Parts: sequence; structure tokens; C-alpha cells
Amino acid sequence: MHPVLATVLQRLGLGVVTLFFVSLIIFSSIEMLPGDFGEAVLGQAATEETVAAFRRELGLDKPAWLRYVDWIASVAQGDFGTSFSGRASSGVDRSREVIDLVAPRLWNTLFLAAYAAVISVPLALFLGITAALYRNSFYDRFVNAATLTTISTPEFFVAYILILLLASLNPWFPSLANVTADMPLWERIYRTSLPALTLTLVIVAHMMRMTRAAIISLLASPYIEMAKLKGVSASQVILKHALPNAWAPIATVIAFNLAYLVVGVVVVEVVFVYPGIGQLMVDAVTTRDIPVVQACALIFAATYIILNLIADIIGIVTNPRLLHPR
Amino acid sequence: MTTKKKGDVLVEMRDIRIDGFSDERWHQIIKGVDLTLHRGEVMGLIGESGAGKSTLGKAAMGYTQPGCKLVGGTIMFDGIDLVKASEAEKRKLWGSRIAYVAQSAAAAFNPAHRLIDQTVEATVGHHVQSGEEARADAVELYKALQLPSPETIGGRYPHQVSGGQLQRVMTAMAMSPRPDLIIFDEPTTALDVTTQVEVLVAMRNIVEQFNTAAIYITHDLAVVAQMADFIKVLRYGEEVEEAETRKMLSKPEMPYTKSLWAVRSIEKQEDISDDIALEIRNVDAAYGGTVKVLHDVSIRIPRGRTVAVVGESGSGKSTTARVITGLLPPSSGEVLFNGTPLPGALKDRNRDQLRRIQMIYQMADTAMNPRQTVGEIIGRPVEFYLGKRGKAVEERVIELLKLIELDESFIDRLPSELSGGQKQRICIARALAAEPELIICDEVTSALDQIVQEGILKLLLRLQKELGITYLFITHDIATVKAISDEIVVMFQGKVVEQGPKSEILSPPHPDYTELLLSSVPEMDPDWLDGLVGSRAAG
Amino acid sequence: MSGKNKPQDGLAAEAAGEGYSAAAEVGAVRKRRTRSERIWIELKKAPLTAWFGLIVITVYCLVALFAPIIAPHGEAEVFPAPYAPWGGDHVFGTDQIGRDVFSRLIYGARNTMGIALATTLLSFFIGGGLGLVAAINRSWLDQFISRAVDVLMAIPSLIFALMLLSIFGSTVWSLIGIIAVLDSTRVFRLTRSVAVNVVVMDYVEAARLRGEGLGWIMRREILPNIMPPLVAEFGLRFCFVFLTIAALSFLGVGIQPPTADWGSMVRDNASLIQFAQYDMTAAMTPLLPAAAIALLTIAVNFVVDWFLHKTSGLRDDH
Repeated sequence: MHPVLATVLQRLGLGVVTLFFVSLIIFSSIEMLPGDFGEAVLGQAATEETVAAFRRELGLDKPAWLRYVDWIASVAQGDFGTSFSGRASSGVDRSREVIDLVAPRLWNTLFLAAYAAVISVPLALFLGITAALYRNSFYDRFVNAATLTTISTPEFFVAYILILLLASLNPWFPSLANVTADMPLWERIYRTSLPALTLTLVIVAHMMRMTRAAIISLLASPYIEMAKLKGVSASQVILKHALPNAWAPIATVIAFNLAYLVVGVVVVEVVFVYPGIGQLMVDAVTTRDIPVVQACALIFAATYIILNLIADIIGIVTNPRLLHPR
Repeated sequence: MTTKKKGDVLVEMRDIRIDGFSDERWHQIIKGVDLTLHRGEVMGLIGESGAGKSTLGKAAMGYTQPGCKLVGGTIMFDGIDLVKASEAEKRKLWGSRIAYVAQSAAAAFNPAHRLIDQTVEATVGHHVQSGEEARADAVELYKALQLPSPETIGGRYPHQVSGGQLQRVMTAMAMSPRPDLIIFDEPTTALDVTTQVEVLVAMRNIVEQFNTAAIYITHDLAVVAQMADFIKVLRYGEEVEEAETRKMLSKPEMPYTKSLWAVRSIEKQEDISDDIALEIRNVDAAYGGTVKVLHDVSIRIPRGRTVAVVGESGSGKSTTARVITGLLPPSSGEVLFNGTPLPGALKDRNRDQLRRIQMIYQMADTAMNPRQTVGEIIGRPVEFYLGKRGKAVEERVIELLKLIELDESFIDRLPSELSGGQKQRICIARALAAEPELIICDEVTSALDQIVQEGILKLLLRLQKELGITYLFITHDIATVKAISDEIVVMFQGKVVEQGPKSEILSPPHPDYTELLLSSVPEMDPDWLDGLVGSRAAG
Repeated sequence: MSGKNKPQDGLAAEAAGEGYSAAAEVGAVRKRRTRSERIWIELKKAPLTAWFGLIVITVYCLVALFAPIIAPHGEAEVFPAPYAPWGGDHVFGTDQIGRDVFSRLIYGARNTMGIALATTLLSFFIGGGLGLVAAINRSWLDQFISRAVDVLMAIPSLIFALMLLSIFGSTVWSLIGIIAVLDSTRVFRLTRSVAVNVVVMDYVEAARLRGEGLGWIMRREILPNIMPPLVAEFGLRFCFVFLTIAALSFLGVGIQPPTADWGSMVRDNASLIQFAQYDMTAAMTPLLPAAAIALLTIAVNFVVDWFLHKTSGLRDDH
């Protein structure tokens, strides 16, 4: 087998194994609940029968491994179980399917993340590469100090300053990003401007610093000096000698930051009361609605793992040592 | 192509001063050096680490590396002022009229492009030749440089080719535009001695064939003697002396230049003994249980004598040391110490067995904990093996310092406050502190400059005479072997080729590999390479 | 540590003609100074940003230590007027149920920093210890811990923390425990990678050949040499933990009322921002604790930057 294919398959396999263990951890969260959580969910007045019925619904009478197999099988079909909220001690069940809660919000979150990514990725790469090329210039120092400050700042601080400046003092943008499903696209974009801007500021700082470091370490390679000593022009040094070797580090930087974006979205959604999956997860944590928490955690973790996997694979397929084996 | 006529001045550098930035301030690296090179001449630029030879070599191209700046002097290349020239003007020269060959070819080739594309990149880029012409010419150069399968090797990527071959491809790359000047920056330093010879022959022939002027930078006088018409010796950024090669070799004027021969002036009187201190019997060893690195190795080390193990990288000489120390238990065979078998693994040996065999490493820098003082470093074995405490330890440490010719003021110093030679001395004192019978010296002088090597070797010889210590001396350097050994073991690919008294091993007849190894070691004779090529062609 | 006076082999030997003396090899030796003298010299050379960082950190620590003395009112003391304006008895006004914002800011320094510090210490104890063991051991144990850490790190730590908090509930102890364990994975990775580089050094091999025990090798040979990167990492991890706790409190699942905490103070007063056009000072109230968080993390980052620069000599950060 070609070594590239072999390595890619190996990484994919590793990704699947990681996902398996992650799902195991997330599944076992329900095992770690204290024994009396049935009463906690259903209320103090719950009869023994309703508690027993609830436990049976969760399958707590079956062995754990069997429950895991059932759970993972239904998750694979998009069934994350039923929410804990909306249940009552009387046994009346007004709870909703987790998937119905998650699906519309997942779409909202992806929209926001994509919005921020479309702005921040090109901007950060541009800033990072130019800062690396004009290293130690005033421009570089300024960008460096500004990004260090942004990185050290909590996301909600950035968010509230933006609200103060762009929504409260100058009412240009709405401070609440309450979007609905039937909203036209431009309206949606307008309403999500502030959350997207907040995410962009935070991500650009991280990403620009990482890009700069990656490019600088690349430019220090002896083969770059060799190219200069062969009289290759500055633009050709970058395009022909640095870039083919830069895909792997740049892909890693992008993937890392998109993964960061997915997580950063949680706080930003809460600030702007944006109906996304992060907000849903925080609410579920407060009410200890475990099935919803599990579903959200699984979605976040899977996104995170897949993004890193893609970066890994880009690194492999652009590695000349693997592309052209001995 | 420019017409070449030996005799015209090609490079003229006057009063070159270059500063380098380190430790948050500027230091002088080159302190006012002049350099004149005529067309078709090869200049050897030699000096020890930190002498500034590489910086000066690059300056001849008008290039100063990042972190350095030219603060004074003029550089004229064929009538062009390289100090005043713009970057674009210099770029026009680089890769067309001036070429550069870097030390580590493996790092200096871009991993993402084929060798042939990199070979002709500058030639085509500067419109010296069309792509097709340049490629055809590159194949001819590969042939001239005796690369295997010259027609197809250009289609390969750098990591698919060996180090010696890469270095020759890089020479082809430098030669491709038929430059007036090539800078060779330690091109063979990273190679094994038998590979080095092939590369040297190839480089010299091609430089002669095209009558190219060259600056050949190295720290090895014997290598430069083969390549250069005349030699310039640098030290601490200043010129020591410059002379025609033969004159420099036969009648060096400055004491420093003379000292570069120093190590070659020691020669221990061979002394044979049958009293065996350590014996390795039929040892096989493998890393990770699979990669077999030693095959049926047997070595006998007589008491109070020095046995030198020589071989190139991958010959198994360092692995042999690991087997003796117990770091790598043998998969079969045994190690006998004073006639009794030693346990194979380190953890099975008792403290006394550990004490009797000590080790000195190649890099004294990494062999000492940078956070411990000299007193702690030498004192620990005294405490650990001999059970001394407090004042007694300190007294012993001072005694040991005297033994290695350092005074007691060193006791509070940290390794970073010592010079390279002093560090290696402290390592010797640490080994002596255990009062050992056998010391394994693993390339102990190869990281040191010539003059310091001499001091260390003399010290080791004196200690042997005074204390009767046995040495197992691992090295790849034949000159060091001649200087210090009683017996020699030659190793190749994990096997012992031969073992015997120094006089026997070094005089013919030799087994094939020993012959190749010994004949490949450059000698301080400008005719050596020609003689070797002649004799190998005849044989 | 640096080679300010790079020792030069054989300088003196050359001067003496042929006579060679090893002791004379070094021309100049650095003068020995006491530790406090050395620290003072380093400080005098420190850049402005580092000075700024050190001063901010000192002030924060003093405020945290002497909170009950400095604060004009009690931590949970409720006054009749909620959302009182700035000035008068309440420098920064009161919050949504009438507690003095200034006093809560001061107590918040104590609570938020204390919890973050305890968490960071715990995570270094766990991650650092395991990292050292893994680096020396390099066998199945190393493999096992490293793979387990890979899996744990495959889940974003904020998400993981949220999930665990939903199970164990938001008490101070579960907060410290959960974040310390999650954060220790990163400490483990760093400690292991730094220690692995030290473990392969010849001086560690020399100690093993001497027959030294594991404890001695860990304490005397490895630990002193991995301290600088670990100290720098401690600063960065502290910032990260501090921001995580602030974020969790802001989300309402971290430190619970009535304990004063900067993250939840931002959340409690967030709605005041809407009134910026009418009363600017009121709108600043939720930004004060947020700014307090940002100022501390920026200060720590500046100091760490300087420290890394000092110890590694690297000019380009990564």
C-alpha cells in the first residue's frame, strides 16, 4: 500500500478509536450520577412506580455494556433519547426528544461559527504571514502586543465592550442576537454581527500568533537560506520554497482555531442570548438535564476530533517524505 | 559564459568587519580581515569553531546572515562593489556567477522538490541556459561527479538519496551555471571518512575541469591540503597567517598554526600485555529485540593498556560500550570482568561492579548537570561509592582537581562557567573519583578543538601511567588512535574486522575494510589524494 | 544562565607561547553574586511590560490577602437600594440586590484568585508528577497515561467541564477538582515532553550508570533542569484556569452566590450596559470585574513572556 494511504488510514482508525473512548466517557456520565437522581428529576413526591418506570426507561435494570451498545446504536441513527425536563412526579411526561431540541440550534451554531470563520481565517493568515515577513518591524510589534492583550481577555469582556460601543452608545447593531428559523438571510447576518465580530477578534489573535510562529520557524530552515543564496527572488522564495512546506503547519493552525471557535461559541452565545447549541448546553447543565448534556458534549467532541483529524491528514498528504517514499 | 584567465583578481576584500548579535548585544565576529582571490584559484579557509570562517566565506558573496551585519570594509567581485550593490544586483550574481555549497546537504535541499529541479533552478532562473539545456547539462555533471544512475537520480527527492550523494548533487547544483566562484562551506564535515574521500575527489576534479575559483571552508587541515592552492588560517575573527599550501604544511610560521599539528605529534609507545581486565565473548545485541546491531563481537582488553575501537557511524562501536556498561544487555554471549561474568543488565550489577567501570562521554556539555557545581559533580561518586561525607569529600575533590591540573577555585563553578577542555577534564575527574579499573572513553576528543585535544590526550596518558587505569577508547579518528592506543579493534557493520597490537593493525597487509578505512583518512600531504586515486584505480 | 563571557580555549596558552595550562584556559570568570543581588540586577534590566505585570500582580495579591481590612462593607451585606449609582457610600454603586460592588470586587479578588491558584497547584501536582514518571519510565505506563491523556484532550475542556459539573453539581470543591484534572492533561504533556529531553541527556545516563535510584534521578538530575519551562507554564496555566473559572461563573455554573466572584458579577450586572446612553458609570459596572480579570491575565502574560525570554534566550515566541 502507498505509505500516504497507509498513514491516512491509520489516522482515521485512530480517530475512530478516540471517538469510541470519548463516547464511552460521555455515556458513563449517566453512570456517575448519584443513586437518588430519579427523585431529583421527578420531584420529591414521585411514587415508587413512576421512579421505577423512569429507571426502566433509562434501562438502568440492564447491564451497562448492553446499555452502551443500545445507546451508541440509537445515537448513530440520530436518536439521543428523551430530555429529563418536562417530567413530573405524577408520571405525566411532557418531555421532548433531545434531537428536536438540538437540531435547530445546531444549525444556528454552525451558521455563527461559519460566519466568524469566513472573516477570521483569511484575516488571521494575512496578518500572521505579513507579521512573519516583516518581523521585528513596528507593524509586527504592534500586532503582537494587540493580540497578546486580546488573548488574555475573557471572551465576555470583548463581547460587552462591543455591545457598549456598537449597540448601546451607538445603536448600530442589536445587542441581542435573537434569530428565528424563518428570518431572511441578510437579517440573520445583521443580527449575528456582534457575536461573529466577538469570535473573530478572539480567534484572529490566537491564529495570527500561531501562523506567525509557524512561518518564522519555516523561514529559518537551511533550504530557505540556500534558495536566497541561489539568487531566488523574495517572492519566489515564499511561493516556491516556503509554501509547499507550509501547508501542514497552516492546516494545523486553522483546524486548531476552528476547534477553538466551536468551544468559544458557548460563552458568546450566552452573552448575546443566541439560540445555539452552546446556550442549550449551559441551560441543560444548570437543570442537570443529562441526555441533552450528553448529546451536546458528543457533538462538540466529534467536531473537535474531526477538525483535528482533517488537519492531520492535510499534513500527511502534503508531506513530500510520505508522498515520495524511498 | 565568461572567459576565464587565471591570474586576474576575482574577489578583493579589504578590512572586513562583521558584528553578530547574541546575548542582547553586538559582538565582533570578523575583526578586519583582507582576502584576495584570483580566477581559477582555490583558497582554503581554516580555523576552529567560532573563528568566523563561515561568516567570512558568505561575506565574499556579499551575504550576511540574519543576526549579523557588515560594519566596515569593501568587497569587490570582478569589479562590482558588493557592499554598495542592491539586493537585486546581488541576486543576479548569486546562483549565476557565485554559487554556494552548504555543510548539511540534507537540510539545505528543499524536501518538496525533485533534485534536478533544484539543480537547475538558479541556472534557468537567471536565464543562463534554457530548461532543457540545463537539465541535459545537469545529467552530464552528475556523470562527472560519479553519481550512480546519473540519468534518473535527478528525478528523486532529497530524502531518497544518501548524504554523500546529496553533497555531490549540491556540487552539481553549484556548478550548473558555470560560476566564477564557488563557496564550499564545510561540505564534507558531516560525512564518514570513506564517503568523504569520494566526495572530495569528485569536487576537486570538477573544480579543476572548469577552472572555477573556490573558497573551501573547513576545520580539517588535511582535507584542505588536498583542495587548496593556498591556505588562510583564521582565529577569533582575525587572520593568523596565509601561505601557499605546501609551504604552510612544511614551514608554518605562527605558533598557533603549528599547534594545529599538535595531536599528531603524540605517539604512545606500544605496550602489549596478556593480563586481561575485561573480555567480551561472542556478544550479539539488538535494539528493541529486533534490530540486530552486534554480531558475535569478541574483544579482549588488557589491564593498564589502551584498546582503541575504530569504525564509522553504524559500525556498532558505541553499542559495544552500552553492552559493557549494562545499558543494553546482550542477547547472547557474555562480558567477563577480571575473569568473572558481569550480569548483563545494569540493575543486576552491584555497586562495586558499577564503580570499577566508568564512562566519559563525547559531549562534556551534556554529560554534566548544568545545575550542579563542579564540587557536587565530582563529589557525588566519592560519597556514593566510597561512603565519604562532608569535609572528606571536599578534600578528595580538591585532590582530584589537582590530578586533572585544575585548582581548587573551580569547586564552586557551574559547567556553564567552564571552557570545553575544562568540562572534559571535570568529566575525567568524575570518572576517577570512583577509583575505577576501566574507563570507557566514547569519542572524548572529537568535539574539541585541536589544541585542547592534545591536552586531554596527554592527561589521559599521564593518568594511565600514574594510576594504571585501563582505557577502552572509542573513536573514528585514526590520528587519535595512533596517539593513544596499544591495541586496535576495527569494527564494521556490527562485526569485529580485526583486533591486534597497533603496529600490526596499522601496517599492511590489511583486510579489505581496514585498508579502505585507513587509506581514506586524509593525510597532511597535498599529493595524498592524487596518490590514493592512482592506487585505487590501479588496484 | 548564559555564556556572557564565553570561555575561550587556549587563549592564555597561546599568549604563553608553548606552555599549556588547563586552569588558565578561561580568560574571565563571571563574578559570583548572591541570589538576591542577581534577582535585583535582572529586575533592573526587565522591560517596562514586565515591571507593569509585576506591580499589578503584587497589588492583586495584597488586595486578596487584606480583603476584609480594605473592603468598606461585607461580602454579602445587602443594602436597601439595588442598582444604586456610583459615588457616596458606595464607590461603584450597588448590584441588583443591593450589595456594594466595590467591596464585592475586593472579595472577588480573594475568591477567584484563591480558587484558581488552588486549582493550578493541584493540576501541577497531578500532571507534573505523572509527566515525570512517564518520562523516566517510557514503557507501558507511559503509553497508558499518554493515550488516556490523548482521549481526555480530544474533548474540549470547557465542554468537558460543563458535562462533569452537570453530574457533580457546582460546588467549590467539584469545581477545583474537575478543572484541575482536566487541566492536568496539558501539564502532563508539557512536563513529559520537557523531561524526556532531559532524560536522554548523558548526565542522566551517567547517574543511572553510577547506580543512583529513581528518586535521586528525579529530584537532583531532572527536576532542577525542567523548572524554568514549568514555572512559565504555571503562569500560563494559571491564566487559563482563571479564565475558565470566570467563564463558568459567568455561565452561572461556576462559583455560586453569595460568594463574590468576578465572573458572576459580570453576569449579574450585565443588563446595566443597556443604559450606557443615560448613565455611563452604571454601564461600566459590569465591565469593572471583567476588566479586573483581563488586567490580571495580561499582567501574568507579560511577566511570563519576560521570564521565557530570560530563560530560553529565544527571540521569537511560539
